[in-house]
Amino acid sequence: MRVSAFARRNLKELVRDPLTLFFGLGFPMVLLGLMTLIQRNVPVRIFELDTLAPGIALFGLTFLALFSGLLVAKDRTSAFLARLTASPMTAADFLLGYLLPMLPMAVGQTAICLGASVALGLPLSWNLLAVVLALIPSALLFIALGLLCGTLFNDRQVGGMCGAILTNVAAWLAGIWFDLSLVGGTFRKVAYALPFVHGADGAKAALAGDWGALTGHLLWVSAWAAAVMALAVWLFRRRLVER
Amino acid sequence: MNAIEIVGLTKRYAGRRVVDSLELTVPAGELFALLGVNGAGKSTTIKMLSCLTTPTAGDGLLMGRSVTKDSRRAKEILAVSPQETAIAPNLTAAENLELMAGIYGRPRERAGQVMDQLGLGRWARQRARTLSGGWQRRLSIAMALVSQPEVLFLDEPTLGLDVLARRELWGTIRGLKGRTTIILTTHYLEEAEALADRIGIMDRGRLRAVGTAAELKALAGRDRFEDAFVALAGEEAAS
Repeated sequence: MRVSAFARRNLKELVRDPLTLFFGLGFPMVLLGLMTLIQRNVPVRIFELDTLAPGIALFGLTFLALFSGLLVAKDRTSAFLARLTASPMTAADFLLGYLLPMLPMAVGQTAICLGASVALGLPLSWNLLAVVLALIPSALLFIALGLLCGTLFNDRQVGGMCGAILTNVAAWLAGIWFDLSLVGGTFRKVAYALPFVHGADGAKAALAGDWGALTGHLLWVSAWAAAVMALAVWLFRRRLVER
Repeated sequence: MNAIEIVGLTKRYAGRRVVDSLELTVPAGELFALLGVNGAGKSTTIKMLSCLTTPTAGDGLLMGRSVTKDSRRAKEILAVSPQETAIAPNLTAAENLELMAGIYGRPRERAGQVMDQLGLGRWARQRARTLSGGWQRRLSIAMALVSQPEVLFLDEPTLGLDVLARRELWGTIRGLKGRTTIILTTHYLEEAEALADRIGIMDRGRLRAVGTAAELKALAGRDRFEDAFVALAGEEAAS
């Protein structure tokens, strides 16, 4: 009851914010169209839809960190969270309440991105469903990063960190705009130690039906998501009551 | 029966005692006003009693439920209206109240009752962030009433309200007396005098005097309550 009431509130706060619609759906759609247009006018294979669509879908999910981070930071820095902290809400209620509305949003966002890709020429197949599922660990990772940042920083700082830095860094390190093997060396090693490229590669593997490759990528992203989420939960619990 | 029993409640920040060995009992149904100049320790006391801050020492019992050892059960019967307006800005006034009803497991109709009680009906479908400051403040207080708390903490409830809105809210607060135990902090001395059954004057974390407005005036040897407050809080501050 407490979780559902709080989750409903968070969903309403999110969908009523025009920023959510613009960054969550509009911006990735614009990029998808733009890159496809570029690909049609260059002779070499850079932005083919079979690699671009899973990458853009992952890029769209990076904004979940911004949304969840802003929500938590705004609540935390206003008296609203104090009111709820004095209620029977537990730390688990809070975190589930923040997390649950984000998941359908992530699935919807990915589905719309893939739908647009189909409209642009990506072949329709059951593997598109696998892409949606394969991106769920990445969605959890970005939500957890948002919860972590929202717990530590105020809303202006979260805007800068999650809205500007994380979205760009995650996109570069996921190899969305270029093939990481073109850079190689330490950059590639660092990228493959982090979860972002595994999220993108996992989604590409799901689209290609390469289930063997998919498992390794999913495990890597899931482990990162679990670790970041555990850290966010620990810090949030500590910060809930002043000591 | 005592609704609130405070025993040696202490809060230290970086070695500084913000609340110092507070001892107080408040009978059920009483409205107790906590007065003091800025930094006297009123808000910290309320934060400790509403489980928002862990006391450094001592304890507070709300209807026998310890805020340090049994905070989960204590939270079931308390509600707080913080000093700052505490609302969900993108939710309508009605949705804010329904949220609180959901969190405390109360029926949805309870939100409508509180809305009528505080005259919020005509703003029911308006987003909270678009309400005027005064109506946001009233909504914030209404959110504390949805759960029908046994112990209610009102931290500067009428701050920023105009005279008419303040008087209206006084009427609402008076209506709660007897049914709900209320601890109210305020800077408006006439508010404490008009509403409170008893008044406590805090200074530098300590409770300097407790009594009815008449008793405090007699104690200070002053006819006006404001003079009595200055004498009691000021004397101690000067000593």
